[in-house]
Amino acid sequence: MSSQGGFGQSKEFLDLVKSIGEARSKAEEDRIVLREVETLKRRIAEPEIPKRKLKEYILRLVYVEMLGHDASFGYIHAVKMTHDESLLLKRTGYLAVTLFLNEDHDLIILIVNTIQKDLKSDNYLVVCAALNAVCKLINEETIPAVLPQVVELLGHPKEAVRKKAVMALHRFYQRSSSSVTHLISNFRKKLCDNDPGVMGATLCPLFDLITIDVNSYKDLVVSFVNILKQVAERRLPKSYDYHQMPAPFIQIKLLKILSVLGNGDKQASEQMYTVLGDSMRKCDSTSNIGNAVLYECICCVSSLHPNPKLIESAADAISKFLKSDSHNLKYMGIDALGRLIKISPEIAEKHQLAVIDCLEDPDDTLKRKTFELLYKMTKSSNVEVIVDRMIDYMISINDNHYKTEIASRCVELGEQFAPSNQWFIQTMNKVFEHAGDLVNIKVAHNLMRLIAEGFGEDDDTADSQLRSSAVESYLRIIGEPKLPSAFLQVICWVLGEYGTADGRYSPSYITGKLCDVAEAHSSDDMVKAYAVTALMKIYSFEIAAGRKVEMLPECQSLIEEVSASHSTDLQQRAYELQAVIGLNAHAVGNIMPLDASCEDIEIDKSLSFLDNYVQQALEKGAQPYIPESERSGVLNISNFRSQDQHEASIHALRFEAYELPKPSLPSRTTPVTLASSTELVPVPEPSYPREVHQAASVPSLTDTGSSDLKLRLDGVQKKWGRSTYSSAPSTSNSDSHRTGNGATPDVVASVNSKAREVSYASRRSQVEISPEKQKLAASLFGGTTKPEKKQSSSGHKVSKTNSHATDKSHGAKGAISSETHAVSTTTLQPPPDLLDLGEPIITSNAPSVDPFKQLEGLLDLTQDTSVVNSGAAGATKAPDIMSLYAEMPTSGQSDSVANPLSSDIYDATLISGLSNATNRTSHGGNTIMQPTQLSKGPNPKGSLEKDALVRQLGVNPSSQNPNLFKDLLG
Amino acid sequence: IHFVLLISRQGKVRLTKWYSPYSQKERTKVIRELSGLILTRGPKLCNFVEWRGFKVVYKRYASLYFCMCIDQDDNELEVLEIIHHFVEILDRYFGSVCELDLIFNFHKAYYILDELLIAGELQESSKKTVARLIAAQDSLVEAAKEQASSLSTMISQATK
Repeated sequence: MSSQGGFGQSKEFLDLVKSIGEARSKAEEDRIVLREVETLKRRIAEPEIPKRKLKEYILRLVYVEMLGHDASFGYIHAVKMTHDESLLLKRTGYLAVTLFLNEDHDLIILIVNTIQKDLKSDNYLVVCAALNAVCKLINEETIPAVLPQVVELLGHPKEAVRKKAVMALHRFYQRSSSSVTHLISNFRKKLCDNDPGVMGATLCPLFDLITIDVNSYKDLVVSFVNILKQVAERRLPKSYDYHQMPAPFIQIKLLKILSVLGNGDKQASEQMYTVLGDSMRKCDSTSNIGNAVLYECICCVSSLHPNPKLIESAADAISKFLKSDSHNLKYMGIDALGRLIKISPEIAEKHQLAVIDCLEDPDDTLKRKTFELLYKMTKSSNVEVIVDRMIDYMISINDNHYKTEIASRCVELGEQFAPSNQWFIQTMNKVFEHAGDLVNIKVAHNLMRLIAEGFGEDDDTADSQLRSSAVESYLRIIGEPKLPSAFLQVICWVLGEYGTADGRYSPSYITGKLCDVAEAHSSDDMVKAYAVTALMKIYSFEIAAGRKVEMLPECQSLIEEVSASHSTDLQQRAYELQAVIGLNAHAVGNIMPLDASCEDIEIDKSLSFLDNYVQQALEKGAQPYIPESERSGVLNISNFRSQDQHEASIHALRFEAYELPKPSLPSRTTPVTLASSTELVPVPEPSYPREVHQAASVPSLTDTGSSDLKLRLDGVQKKWGRSTYSSAPSTSNSDSHRTGNGATPDVVASVNSKAREVSYASRRSQVEISPEKQKLAASLFGGTTKPEKKQSSSGHKVSKTNSHATDKSHGAKGAISSETHAVSTTTLQPPPDLLDLGEPIITSNAPSVDPFKQLEGLLDLTQDTSVVNSGAAGATKAPDIMSLYAEMPTSGQSDSVANPLSSDIYDATLISGLSNATNRTSHGGNTIMQPTQLSKGPNPKGSLEKDALVRQLGVNPSSQNPNLFKDLLG
Repeated sequence: IHFVLLISRQGKVRLTKWYSPYSQKERTKVIRELSGLILTRGPKLCNFVEWRGFKVVYKRYASLYFCMCIDQDDNELEVLEIIHHFVEILDRYFGSVCELDLIFNFHKAYYILDELLIAGELQESSKKTVARLIAAQDSLVEAAKEQASSLSTMISQATK
């Protein structure tokens, strides 16, 4: 039962694996697994299971879980197993637990105690197992329970333990940086650990720390440069070599750190130039890993303060990548090019043809990467070609995630570089037509605003031309089936606003079209609402112009239908429409002024126009208004309110009956309640301050949510939402339904109208920035993501936008911090580093050099031993690493002369390999018997045996051809 | 690194290790999506796939695909080599590793992976160190086994 076929598992388990291997379909597999789950459930609950068996059950659970089924019933047993004395079981327990549980699972609390005990164990393997679990399982609340022990383990004599302790601390830092801030100095210390493995592991947390706060680690530049130099000079033990590259993984990590440290810091960069040049030269461009290091060097060069010589060699390396046959290298080349063009845009031209080739490549990944590059190199001269290409590609794919991305990129490029309004509108139409539901709704608002404002130029005729061309194109498109909702909204709005403006189309034609839209999309309330409002606008324009309005019969029926709608918003719109039509020309003209969508609305926040009314009410004996905060009885209510501003979605209990639909309508509600509120607490009244609060917090939400289009869109909602009522704040009853629809953004727009003006101004200024400048900005801001790029444009107006950000109270913190981020990155360009002034680099050099020397010495020591080592092994070492495996036994033996420890391992593995081999053959019952098999290398016999075994077991090999089942590395 | 996946050519899961929290449902979805994405790619294309804003680096060894999911700004070639590094260690451990070794000894593969990567970061880049640690653990396991068996024989002798 116990050991079968040399795999050390029971027959049952092998059968399970076998049957799953044979399963022809997913359903069959599921059935088998479910049966297994049932058996395990029964078995595992039995009392007195032998430990050995239990271990196997747990492994079977792991297997079941791995196949995607729920094995939660067994978690508790895995947890129990970690309590076991024997390391074998404990290890299995920990393995299962790390695979099963998440950091926030309820059972974690049961493990913490065991972990604590195990961290104190004498056996370092137990400690290692516990540390592995710590990395995966310990969450924010339980960090303090194990933290002191983990810190203690940093000084453990075994390097494996130290290494894991460092990683565990790193994990703690990621989970909750505040819990370990006092321990950061430990990372610095561990950098000088005499084991290179520990040093390499320490680079991971240091990289994180440095990315967050560059300036306090500038003193380490010298150390890092030195380490890199030594690594490149092969001072590390030979065992860190990988495909003849000296410790490439450590090199890459170091290069990453250096690129962060050197970013925008001329002085630090200068310290790195030599070593960077050296390691670039030493990279072996024939091996994959050599190219990986080379690529990292390029990334580093592109983020440092520019150095012409390095850039040149980076450009050379890139051209080598691009010319390579390997798709991987081409991909890396494109990526590297994208990074380098930020600091030297001209090198892109050299590689034009290669880039075009990549664009035409059948490989989708490469294509996307190339589009990313194109996106980065877009200028007003090439925008048409690039965006056209992007749209073509966008139409051809159906991966929604990427479609969204590429659509928003098209929009962004269009906005930034559009050569003409005509082109822009056409492009946007195309984007909307094919990806309308995927693009951010703000893009639609933006498009409306652009049409309304006509790109901000003063030329009125151009604007009206633009509008009529938009109207025309929409009238053409409108009949097409299956238009996305967002696009229909744009169409309705534009038709309503400008459909009849140039007099080419009769109102009845436009209204007919609008009715068609509303009917065709009867399930989409948003579209209907837009259509109804558009109808209202057209009719009121007609009335205001003194013409007689004749409602089409279909309009009539539409309005009737809508006024009985379930949606209150729709109802309100319909009733308003009916009311407006009944008014005289003058009143209508006041409510719906022609083409006023761009005018700002002044909001009287103090509601001074109500003073009279309030005074009257008071004279009549009404109670004076007490601000919510001063009311004693409702204290807890207000508490709840402030809470649900933060977690509105979580909070289930609401203390107000309904969300009040008219937040920005104090003119109506306030007086009414004041008059009637003689008895108790006025109900709608407190809602007002709350709404203001909400309004204040909303911009932060939208800011952080999609910083993508942040600045350019600030003004939008107001434009299409409020606009038409601008001149009639007193008749603000029509306001209410607007807020019902676009609700909060509207309020925001009005409350923060000043702030918006500022940002609006900055947007204007951005439009005027030449493409070159924008490019520069892109290069300044790392350009890895678009939001940063956007920030750059706001960076020009930092002071102003900042003041506007503070307007937005608490929620705006994110914006502010990103703003300051922008400021800090701007130091890239001008030589006097504002932020570095406070950071004297010289002072801290001395202490950091000293321990490093230590490391150097120690490294030398290890180097010596490894020389002896390799001397012994040298005789058998073939140049190719892979062939090394074939010769493993011999080299292992010769190794043993120099290094008794490692020989142990080889012997052990050799023996086990041997016994394995015999075991397998005997079980296989095959005629091939190879008891004296010594070589462990990839030999045909070994695979034959395995193949025989496979057939014996009946496990379905990946294909009928046994050759395919050869060694993975073959 | 967000997760490590080993899938066979038929899309069967051979090994999964998740470094970022994913629910069981998400995991199944991820595996289905990725196997659809990766298994259909031709042999000459590059080993990287962009997926949900992440990048997945994969490499095929015989009939097994090793996939690792990384962030947008990580070095793909490096990850490719981490995969290879892992495979080399497996190879050294199992002695010319094949898919079967991994199917039946997946727990050992997990132990090895735990020595190589912790919490999604490369912790040890020396093959020898990893091998030594695993061997130490194994020898301890062997010792424990021997002890157990000698104990059981003693008991059986005593009860005779």
